[in-house]
Amino acid sequence: MLTTTVAPTDGRALIAGMDVRTHAAAVKRRIGVVSQSNTLDRSLTVWENLYYHGRFFGVSRRNAHGRADELLEQFALSERAGAMVYQLSGGLAQRLMIARALVHRPEVLFLDEPTSGIDPQTRINLWRILRELHEAGQTTLLTTHYMEEADILCERIAILDDGKVLALGSPSELKQTLGADTVISLTLDGDPAPLVAQVEAMDAVRTVEQVDHTIRVFASRAEGVLARLVTMAAALNVQVVDAASQPPSLETVFLTLTGREYRE
Amino acid sequence: MRAQLETFLALLARDLRVLRRQFGQFVIRTIMQPLLFVFVFAYVFPKIGQGFQGGQSGISFTTVLVPGLIAVAINFQGIQAVALPLVQEFSVSKEIEDRVLAPVPVWVVGFEKIAAGTLQSLLAAGVVFPIVYLVHAHGAAPSVHIHDVALFVPVLLFACLLASALGLFIGTVIDPRKITLLFAVVVIPLTFLGCVYYPWARLDPITWLKYFVLLNPLVYMTEGLRASLTPELPHMPVWGFMLALVGGSIGLTVVSLRTFTRRVIT
Repeated sequence: MLTTTVAPTDGRALIAGMDVRTHAAAVKRRIGVVSQSNTLDRSLTVWENLYYHGRFFGVSRRNAHGRADELLEQFALSERAGAMVYQLSGGLAQRLMIARALVHRPEVLFLDEPTSGIDPQTRINLWRILRELHEAGQTTLLTTHYMEEADILCERIAILDDGKVLALGSPSELKQTLGADTVISLTLDGDPAPLVAQVEAMDAVRTVEQVDHTIRVFASRAEGVLARLVTMAAALNVQVVDAASQPPSLETVFLTLTGREYRE
Repeated sequence: MRAQLETFLALLARDLRVLRRQFGQFVIRTIMQPLLFVFVFAYVFPKIGQGFQGGQSGISFTTVLVPGLIAVAINFQGIQAVALPLVQEFSVSKEIEDRVLAPVPVWVVGFEKIAAGTLQSLLAAGVVFPIVYLVHAHGAAPSVHIHDVALFVPVLLFACLLASALGLFIGTVIDPRKITLLFAVVVIPLTFLGCVYYPWARLDPITWLKYFVLLNPLVYMTEGLRASLTPELPHMPVWGFMLALVGGSIGLTVVSLRTFTRRVIT
């Protein structure tokens, strides 16, 4: 909707002060979009993809020329300038997509799940590129399913579920809203119920969730809690099969907010 | 406005760049069918003494064929140059998702496709003309002359525009999974029932067919070219084909731009 290709049914959205519904062309001029699927122009070369994109956005011939060269250099694609885009690997194609979205120097760059289904090396490389853009002052709107990615890259995060904003804030703000700092998971070989009752009474513990033989303890501090849990379990004669302590993460914020079942 | 015109011209420049790169393919796909057609019917047939008798005396079959085959080339090119790439962009390559982000209203992107298709149809007409005019057996030369430029130019332009608008319309409404049916269901029937191999006026003995083919846009292209290139052959009244070519082009352009916009904005 913000990129004008889906018509809003209701409400209003402004990009750089322009209404996406009534000033779609002006909005498009101010944004750069990297979609999830490869939308590069298969009939053109790598260099031409950048050049013609610039021309579409009213960049003069000379400037489009220079900008294409410059971006190929910046994204380490110069060697492939003359290649047809269908010859590029997934990672290179994605780099070119980002370069293309930047040709006309957009005020807002949209990235739609840029790291879904790509290999770890490419992902780290991409994160580096995005950080550099961020440092250069590029406003970027990134959508992702990876909470880790949002945590690392973003200054301001909105958690959306079923079309509604559940939370909005900086990563640390969001983590504080959870009301628990550390999540300790224990998997037991017996009935966890008696343990849960005892654990709930502990000072540092806010809530306890139980799924089958696993309990998740939301504690305000990490120190000593895990050790006490294990001792308490031993006293109750239940074996601890697995224990894990997680520092607060956006993942837990997300799961708590959306009420989804916890998945390891 | 000026910025939008610039974007429109840049989109057109991109299409011409691609056309230049694929010019060999363009020529081959454009000339093969008409070349073989005139070779068999205008060269082989007269040579082996097999002909189409019963026509008007003194007018060769090649004369009938010239405007017909040019119209087929225009019509075919409009569909080929606009509909096929579009179907691919919608389904496989998703390129359209990026193209509609160009800073213009979405209909401008569709209109540019019609404009590029019109240019390619014009080019196809130019490439095919010398072939259908020159390839024939001795004594079977077609009698072609443009006696009214003021009629020929608008006929040619609107025929190309109509073909491209038809291409955009087909490209936006066809289900990409059924693209293989395009030729069987659209291109071939349009061609065989497009008054390409016979003038429309000669369909008098088959009244139902004579009126049925009026649904076919190619009929107006062939008849228009027939009236401008080979006026001695019977043809539809000028007002008839001009009305259909101009009205059809404008109408189909408007409709296809709407189907295009509806297809890309969800």
